[in-house]
Amino acid sequence: MIPFDFDYYKPSSVEEAVRLFESLRQQGKQPMYFSGGTEIITFGRLDYLYTNAVIDIKGISKCQMMTFKGENLYLGAAVSLSEIEEANLFPLLTKTSSEVADHTARTKVTLGGNICGKIFYREAVLPFLVSESEVVIASREGEETRPILDVFQKSLQLEEGECLVQLVTNKKMIEAANISIKRRRQWDTGYPVITVVGIKVDGQLRVAISGLCSFPFRAKEMEPFLNDTKRPLEERVSLAIRHVPAEVLHDSEASSDYRMFVLKNTLLDVFEGLEMEEVR
Amino acid sequence: MTKVAVTLNVNGEESEVLIRPADTLLDVLRENLGLTGSKPGCLNGDCGACTVIVGKKPMKSCLMLAIEAVDQNVTTIEGLTDATVQRAFVEHFAFQCGYCTPGFIMNVHSLKENHPEADGETIKSWMDSNICRCTGYEEIEAAVKSVLYGGQEHHKR
Ligand code: FES
Ligand code: FES
Repeated sequence: MIPFDFDYYKPSSVEEAVRLFESLRQQGKQPMYFSGGTEIITFGRLDYLYTNAVIDIKGISKCQMMTFKGENLYLGAAVSLSEIEEANLFPLLTKTSSEVADHTARTKVTLGGNICGKIFYREAVLPFLVSESEVVIASREGEETRPILDVFQKSLQLEEGECLVQLVTNKKMIEAANISIKRRRQWDTGYPVITVVGIKVDGQLRVAISGLCSFPFRAKEMEPFLNDTKRPLEERVSLAIRHVPAEVLHDSEASSDYRMFVLKNTLLDVFEGLEMEEVR
Repeated sequence: MTKVAVTLNVNGEESEVLIRPADTLLDVLRENLGLTGSKPGCLNGDCGACTVIVGKKPMKSCLMLAIEAVDQNVTTIEGLTDATVQRAFVEHFAFQCGYCTPGFIMNVHSLKENHPEADGETIKSWMDSNICRCTGYEEIEAAVKSVLYGGQEHHKR
């Protein structure tokens, strides 16, 4: 049982949702946007988070969008991961998000919820980081479209009251050769040690990684080494992994040394997998 | 504590219930509606013992607020009467203590409704959502396969 009470609101438009958030704040409440709500429910039960008003965004059609408009794919923040898998409009995202939790849970976990979540894997963001997608964010001032690489710094940097509405990805990125590799310590289930996602755009490899540090990231510092075709592959990977942007996690799932070992091998597999993808 | 009155449609019947918006669907099914077939296990979305069907999809009822189920059709194990999957579990002895069984059955029933021709990979992906503490997986697998592919084993196709 969740040990505290909250009021529940289900607005039907983005404007209504952000207005509601603001007015609840003015009343001294602690509102939270609620998409799949799985973290609010499970963390709430454990008293890891508190809210006294939730604003369910699943009734907002913009947040449920899953469609191509012109050259871009619009995916709403409240679309569930299982809906994304079934529609399969963005195969790299399908591949990456189909490894989150389990199938039944993914009927509830949403794209926005996974990306904005507290659990540090947040794998669903990786395909958007390599695709350099844009995010549509709503606030009192209206909606704004910003590059994800500006807004996602360790986590999605939203101001209080701002709401993630959609992710917008260019078709060219969706069609680029891509790969997503998830390495777990054992078995097929359980938390991953690391997830690496790669795409090749104009001959250049772009990589994003989760599970290695305490946040998912686009490996911008590592990419020049990975793309340095003058050197042999092993050397490129060895140089690249010296440029991991933050401290490598060391916990009960895996030691930092083991994570680095897995990273090196996974990067080699990324190259191999992409070569095969390109041949196809 | 502020309670709200909502109407839930469970197993084809509409019931008005007085709930806290913070109540999970699992709690309301068990405590307010007396439908104790959905089992509390981990309460964290990990075990699948609480699985029900919402709309046409399997749902871990510990991961859903009851208030989110308003305007949706909820089916619990009590809503299945002599379904093929139930019979298959009996015929294949696919349970020991039985605690995980309602959750498994609801998931398999939904799989069958959504993908009657599911391939091995789809079956595996769906079934990974449930855990059997008694580890009766072989019997469960046999029961699942008997209701998909029109009862034929996957490798025969
Ligand atoms: S009790 Fe719901 S998944 Fe375990
Ligand atoms: S039969 Fe006992 S938990 Fe599955």
